[in-house]
Amino acid sequence: MSFTLSAADFLSVLPESILFAMGMVVLVFEMFGTGRDTRNLAYLSLLSLLVSGFALHRLAGRGITGFGGSITADPFAIVLGMIFLLVVALIVLVSIRYLHDRGVGHGEYYALLLFACGGMMLMVSSTDLLTIFIGLEILSISSYVLCGLIQGDLRSNESALKYFLLGAFATGFLLYGMVLLYGATGSIRLPEIAAAVNRSEVRGNPMIWYGLGLILVGFGFKIALVPFHMWTPDVYEGAPTPVTAFLSSAPKAAGFGALIRILTEGLGALTPEWSQVLWVVAALTMTVGNALALQQDNIKRMLAYSSIAHAGYILVALVAGGRDSLGGVLFYLLAYAFMNSGAFAVLILASSPVRERVTFEDYRGYGYVEPALALAMVVFMLSLTGIPLTAGFAGKFQIFKSAIDKGYVWLAVIGLLNSVVSVYYYLRMIVVMYMQRPTAEHPPERVVPSVPLYVAVAASALGVLYLGVFPAGWLELSVRSVTSLLAGG
Amino acid sequence: MIPVTHVLVLSAALFAIGVSGVILRRNAIVVFMSVELMLNAVNVAFVGFAYGLNSMTGIMFVLFVLVVAATEAVVGLAIMLAIFRNRGTLNIDEFNLLRW
Amino acid sequence: MVAEQYLPVMYLSVIALALGAFFTLVGILLGPSRDTAVKRTPFESGMPSEGSEFRRYGVRFYMVALTFLIFDVEIVFFYPWAVRFRELGFYGFWAMALFFVILVVGLVYDWKKGALEWE
Repeated sequence: MSFTLSAADFLSVLPESILFAMGMVVLVFEMFGTGRDTRNLAYLSLLSLLVSGFALHRLAGRGITGFGGSITADPFAIVLGMIFLLVVALIVLVSIRYLHDRGVGHGEYYALLLFACGGMMLMVSSTDLLTIFIGLEILSISSYVLCGLIQGDLRSNESALKYFLLGAFATGFLLYGMVLLYGATGSIRLPEIAAAVNRSEVRGNPMIWYGLGLILVGFGFKIALVPFHMWTPDVYEGAPTPVTAFLSSAPKAAGFGALIRILTEGLGALTPEWSQVLWVVAALTMTVGNALALQQDNIKRMLAYSSIAHAGYILVALVAGGRDSLGGVLFYLLAYAFMNSGAFAVLILASSPVRERVTFEDYRGYGYVEPALALAMVVFMLSLTGIPLTAGFAGKFQIFKSAIDKGYVWLAVIGLLNSVVSVYYYLRMIVVMYMQRPTAEHPPERVVPSVPLYVAVAASALGVLYLGVFPAGWLELSVRSVTSLLAGG
Repeated sequence: MIPVTHVLVLSAALFAIGVSGVILRRNAIVVFMSVELMLNAVNVAFVGFAYGLNSMTGIMFVLFVLVVAATEAVVGLAIMLAIFRNRGTLNIDEFNLLRW
Repeated sequence: MVAEQYLPVMYLSVIALALGAFFTLVGILLGPSRDTAVKRTPFESGMPSEGSEFRRYGVRFYMVALTFLIFDVEIVFFYPWAVRFRELGFYGFWAMALFFVILVVGLVYDWKKGALEWE
């Protein structure tokens, strides 16, 4: 047996390798560094993301697989990879001033973001339980550290500890699920697992059902589905705001990506069974997430609970299955990345080290002090609600329409009712900004301008509007890129 | 030759002990040790299956789980160290700045 | 059949337990028992212990422990590689070299950040 590294092996992990290598370069610069000013490292990170995106773009359409089929650069992985790169680029933009102002000028921050991004890309391009696990852990371990970034801050500490303990707990369940699948099918490769599951004697083995269940529990924790969502608001509230923006969109997208790949490519033969379980979980996730978001006064917490509800909407599409639904997932993930990052970018721009603005009260009368910024916030809130001409509407429309086409009418109805409920807390932000008088203890102030933050807000707002007005192009691309997944399963 | 079932029973027992430890214990370090027990239960199961299936894949997976568990331990202990310096306790019931 | 193979192990365990129990019992029955304050200290003929066992240890111990833990465990990848070095050939060599470079970057980072300084 000979071991050689072919060009395909090398190319299949090139975008990830660029990120990991550049992450280390950032670390080296930080060590021999330029004092406390890490802004240059931020721009270096942006450049790395760009180069990695270019490499990913060049891989498109070539159908390269590497390392004996463990890594594949199929359209699904490439589209998701682009979403991750975009989110991380937006996060880098919103972090620059936040870190600089608070004197937490760690160059490690950017290195960890790059590592996390590489981990996510590895996770969705793997067709092997081991590499999925490695990618997930690169992401998770980087995220634990990112949460605890502000060492002296008790809330940041607490957030990191809770995230760490529950994340590690979830890893245990996920791994136990993986080992049972390995035991039942004799392989950790998804195509081989799929072949084994098609045989009835393997399907009769109870181990495969326990394995499936435990994997769902593990991913349920990681992407905060309802019986396993308790950690989310605490972690999101305590983490530094740019990190919250990151955690609430990109890792969820990565979790969904890997889950979709395992469930369709590996366990496609069990679809009738897992879709029943996920039906209940989706209904619960949407409803509980929205019910809890209603009661929040802290906007970070509100967005955290609402991110649970959005995970529920995406799960509806996973339950419905098929090209249109799964394409809808990719569309929704991109739309959510824009609207969520945008909303957080406004929060960060409005806050200063002296004064964090994270409650609804802080934004009384804000529409008259910062009209442009308030308008951008309105766009993000409308999109999160799902009002027509925004990205959120196009995404929800696609998901619920394809669910109804597949006969999941009740699930779509529950989703629509939940969207109606969510109007209350999203529009509350708009009402507060435009229709309430500021109080003495919450005076609105003009923000300190910052070019990278303006760029992030503008890019997100444009993205939301573009996807809302012209959804067809991206939607078609999304639907096309999930086709390769379903062909095998 | 030991039947694979025995190994699996051991692994399931270890996993159950780990899960109950996470749920019942209140000290962050002990909770984390219980998580490590869960990961090691996974390792036991992997070795058992690799032995039963006569495949090296399971053994290889164990190496990666070991290393990942160690890196998790390092990051987790560093987080706990930071929290202990600031608060002087590792009792998770006292971490109530954010509603649990 | 399976049980027979393990019979010697069982004999050994039973004998070891019985022997341990026997000597402990003999000590309790025949030995003198004088209960004084000195007798009750953990190290009767050592240094007198002082303070609570829950006193704080220096942070540097933790730093060393964490550094040790991470670099120690990475070694597991070297063992299988070393055993199959010839079969893996140049591919294995360069793969391991890359892995090693990554570890060295980590070590240098540790060093520069002062995690290896004792004082």
